[in-house]
Amino acid sequence: MAKAKRLYDNILTVVMAVLCLLWVYPVVLIFLNSLKVEGSFTTSTVFALPTAENFAGAANYIYGIVKMDFLSSFFYSLVITVSSVFLILLCCSMCGWYLTRVNNLLSKGMNLLIVFSMVVPFQMVMFTLSKTADTLKLNTPWNICIIYLGFGAGLAVFMFTGFMKSVPIEIEESAMIDGCNPVQLFFRIVFPILKPTMISTAILETMWVWNDYLLPTLVLDIKKYRTIPMAIQYFRGGYGRVELAPMMACIIIAIVPIIILYVACQKYIIEGVIAGAVKG
Amino acid sequence: MQKTISKYWPVFVLPTLLAFIIGFIWPFIWGVYLSFQRFTTVSKTTFVGLDNYIRVFQDETFTHAFWFTAAFTVVSTILINVFAFAIALVLTRGIRGTNLFRTVYFMPNLIGGILLGYIWQILLNGVLANLGKPLLALDEHYGFIGLVILMCWQQIGYMMIIYIAGLQSVPNDLIEAAKIDGATSREILFKIKVPLVMPSITICTFLTLTNSFKLFDQNVALTGGEPSNLSEMLALNIYSTFYGRSGAQWKGIGQAKAVVFFLIVVVISLVQLRFTRSKEVQS
Repeated sequence: MAKAKRLYDNILTVVMAVLCLLWVYPVVLIFLNSLKVEGSFTTSTVFALPTAENFAGAANYIYGIVKMDFLSSFFYSLVITVSSVFLILLCCSMCGWYLTRVNNLLSKGMNLLIVFSMVVPFQMVMFTLSKTADTLKLNTPWNICIIYLGFGAGLAVFMFTGFMKSVPIEIEESAMIDGCNPVQLFFRIVFPILKPTMISTAILETMWVWNDYLLPTLVLDIKKYRTIPMAIQYFRGGYGRVELAPMMACIIIAIVPIIILYVACQKYIIEGVIAGAVKG
Repeated sequence: MQKTISKYWPVFVLPTLLAFIIGFIWPFIWGVYLSFQRFTTVSKTTFVGLDNYIRVFQDETFTHAFWFTAAFTVVSTILINVFAFAIALVLTRGIRGTNLFRTVYFMPNLIGGILLGYIWQILLNGVLANLGKPLLALDEHYGFIGLVILMCWQQIGYMMIIYIAGLQSVPNDLIEAAKIDGATSREILFKIKVPLVMPSITICTFLTLTNSFKLFDQNVALTGGEPSNLSEMLALNIYSTFYGRSGAQWKGIGQAKAVVFFLIVVVISLVQLRFTRSKEVQS
């Protein structure tokens, strides 16, 4: 019985390992082709390994970075993601706390709107949102975070209110009696309690903002500012002929930091996903 | 206490509320308003009543996109959930390499839709070219299959994580007791595990349904709607109505399509939640 189970488990391990290889293969394929000389492969020869004749070394990487100004794309993506996630965490945690602790008309209305906003697809507001952003001059990487706060508030506030409901109010009450005003109370007492939800929310929002394509495309001026997804898409739209090898090099440059970040804080990412799912 | 805090609403709620009005409430209301108007610039609009909505349903690309999206959503939701659940079952047995497998399967979720689309476009076109079949951009059937494969590759890992969390919360003594009573492993699976992870199933089907239905980035990058809008899903169809077609009427029609799209998403969400919630049990 035990022996049969072990054999069965070993077979499953092998199956899972093969599946794992299939899972990483697409990325490996892109990496291998990014090392080939541009034009040395066709649609059907992408599966061949780079040979001595068509090995390009880092040429595609350098070309991609220089020609597409990929480093500034990287920089814009970073600025937008960091500022948006920071703003979302700060404002939405404050808002979420208020909504659970105060039960007035404002709270009830906000709660309803928050849930409602999570169902609305982006296409519903994309046109009017980009017009609004233009009018208010919220169309640079430095202040697009306000738009992200507005459209991303739903999920974040929902996560925070969901967590706050399970936190007993007594600690806060005794802090108030000791003379804290609500602002001190929030930053000294509540903020530290919210840390696990902060991390989960930060991860979900980062995954969204970093990879978002449509919102920055519509809001930002593509000639001046290009985020990473926009830059990759621009390879297609910008030139007559697609330069496949440099494009693959840029895909690899875009993926590597995410993979490193993922391996480094995998535990938090997976917990964040589970927390988000339970709340959602 | 409530009274003191409630006076501080300008500090706690106002920043979020203002951004929320700019980023959601106002664009939403304005969007609904514009769906009844004919316009090329938003400063000059004329009221046309329900005309835009009538034209939405006369637009063949829209109805085609609807059925394409519906078929895609059904196929990918079923495949993703079945595979994710199966993998989660295997990875909760305590076999060797569990952590590594989990890490690798989840990885595609961190890569953005546009990048995923191009990665798979290169891979799938390579396969099709070697088989002597038309490329993705030339045959919408391959485009459909390609989108399903891409979506599975991306989402299975995410749903697997949620299923693993669900399966781990099934109490062990319940399974032990069932074994002593002589339950087979099939009975344990379908009579104990599946009913008890019903909340996870609700969440995962909900997520996959809405993700698939609202899919945009992957669609743009993998097929771009080619050939001639035949592999276009609803979100992309709305986008190209707005930005790809010339003519005074199209922006209003695009906005009306967006409202219809929004209503469909709401209906799907409500029906699905009610349907699966009714099947949940308490342990």
